[in-house]
Amino acid sequence: MIELLAVSKVYNAGQPNEFSAVRAVDLVIEPGRVTALSGPSGSGKTTLLSLIGGLTRPSAGRVRLNGRDISALSERFLTELRRASFGFVFQQFQLIRGLSVLENVMLPALPTGRPHRLTRARALDLLAHLGLAARADTRAQWLSGGEAQRVAIARALINDPGVIIADEPTSHLDSALSRQILAILGELRGQGRTLILSSHDPLVFESGLVERIVEVRDGRVVGAESEKEKMKDGA
Amino acid sequence: MNAWIERQRGLIDFTVANLARRKGRNLGLFLAYALLVFLLASVVLFGDGLRREARLLLADAPELVVQRLTAGRHDLAPEAWLEQLRGLRGVGAVSGRLWGYHFDPTVAANLTVQVPAIDPPPPGRVLLGAALARARGLAAGDVLSLRDHAGKPYAFTVGGMLDARSELVSADLMLVNEADFRAFFGIEPGRYTDLTLAVANPREVRKVAEKVLARLPAARVLTREETRRTYEAVFNWRQGLLLTFLATVLAAFALLAWDKASGLSAEERREIGILKAVGWDTGDVLKMKLWEGALLSITAFLAGYVLAWLHVFYWGAPLFAPVLKGWSVLYPSFALAPRVDLEQLATLAFLTVLPYVAATVVPVWRAATLDPDEVIRE
Ligand SMILES: Nc1ncnc2c1ncn2[C@@H]1O[C@H](COP(=O)(O)OP(=O)(O)OP(=O)(O)O)[C@@H](O)[C@H]1O
Ligand SMILES: [Mg+2]
Repeated sequence: MIELLAVSKVYNAGQPNEFSAVRAVDLVIEPGRVTALSGPSGSGKTTLLSLIGGLTRPSAGRVRLNGRDISALSERFLTELRRASFGFVFQQFQLIRGLSVLENVMLPALPTGRPHRLTRARALDLLAHLGLAARADTRAQWLSGGEAQRVAIARALINDPGVIIADEPTSHLDSALSRQILAILGELRGQGRTLILSSHDPLVFESGLVERIVEVRDGRVVGAESEKEKMKDGA
Repeated sequence: MNAWIERQRGLIDFTVANLARRKGRNLGLFLAYALLVFLLASVVLFGDGLRREARLLLADAPELVVQRLTAGRHDLAPEAWLEQLRGLRGVGAVSGRLWGYHFDPTVAANLTVQVPAIDPPPPGRVLLGAALARARGLAAGDVLSLRDHAGKPYAFTVGGMLDARSELVSADLMLVNEADFRAFFGIEPGRYTDLTLAVANPREVRKVAEKVLARLPAARVLTREETRRTYEAVFNWRQGLLLTFLATVLAAFALLAWDKASGLSAEERREIGILKAVGWDTGDVLKMKLWEGALLSITAFLAGYVLAWLHVFYWGAPLFAPVLKGWSVLYPSFALAPRVDLEQLATLAFLTVLPYVAATVVPVWRAATLDPDEVIRE
């Protein structure tokens, strides 16, 4: 379970361009479910996902993972925890150019010290499962958008985390590819993982994958009613 | 422990892939780096080699050399001096030396002609330095004809080549018989170029030198120690000159390296952000960059050093020879004894590898301590 308690994020604090991207958000995310943040561009979805996944620290408030306050952890422990617990699929894929698909997928596992052989085997398995077996040695920059997104998913899964965070997973894809990605995400849900997405793509919400919608606007969570309805439906 | 090894292995794998990714840039850096190390190591190896050579040479030199001065200039010493010196206390063997220079128009160089104290060649024969023999295209049994002091041709038969143990100094050397020497230069018997004195007790050298001067007011006395210092001063000065030049090159390289290595491109910053975002901590990123800098600089260092070593010990240091060994006009094809000095190697490595690695790591450290989400957004 992930809890956000009165979490705020202020960028450039104290400067003329100070900006509050997230304001006093309270949010509980249940394990094993699919939660989607929805809201217009600039509403703070990415910032909120970064806070949830420990990519950035809140300016105020606390983030708890399974009851443990992760905002207070040192960088080292926070990184270790993030590596083990969260898999990220970023808005812009964020693959490293010039490295092969396989190398990109293996990246999050390198600091774990897991035997190279095992990591490699797992990476190849994941790629095969996502229909990318033939692309393992391709340079990342030569991939199409749909392929890049699947590689990003494989990379998020390499350390077998319990929570997958996917920021706008369909934003660069056409409908057919979007459905393919949603099917993959559905499968992850089926494996018992917690899924947290952000999106403003109707396709995502119509797919039936999403069990709970969190409306974000101007850095605040709104529309508590629709949230509850959805929860009842899902339960 | 196993996990630690696996981590390092993973990091090195990634580093190698990373280096291969920017082939052009890294190759350029590698070449600039190796060139610098090559120049630096060449000068150091060469200078040290020369100094060792000089020491070797002077080891067999007599403790004292006595010259005669006439009107303040070097003149031939009379045989009578030998007897006078033999009477001095503390003096061992005393002998007269015959040596001089002869300008040979064929090779446009001054040859050093000398009568060796031991095993002089038989009359009519000459032993030649290898460089001289090469320049004149002579082999054993050939005839070397030179113009004597009166301008008449004087024929020597080449008896053989000199041992190349110290070719640096023997390059333009001709060893001849005493009779030939006197006839060739027109020096009457009973006169010597200078005299040598052996002094058994090194602490008495100065005392003996004073006694020589007291007995022979027209003499000039050179001690081996002074000669050694003169040699060293010459070597050091020349090497200093080159090192100053190289320091400039080094500074330029440091700037280049700093610029190349430290000016993290937006792309590199983004990549560091990605690594952090997918679960690398600052330490992992730094270690990876450390490996990267170390792999590049150590391989470049080794390449440069090995090339310098070959350059100095096997190829005759063609780049520096003209500057560093000015007194021998015929450049020898060299035979400095190959040697690796660990302390010197470590010093060179310290001077070149460390600054580079530091230059790469500092900016990475700055980027790596940022929040990953900020770096990714840029
Ligand atoms: N590092 C930063 N410095 C200053 N402002 C920032 C920074 N990061 C984000 N912001 C601002 O915070 C606000 C929220 O950004 P965020 O990326 O979370 O929005 P979003 O809902 O994900 O938008 P989109 O749908 O376009 O991805 C934006 O106005 C953005 O400009
Ligand atoms: Mg966003």
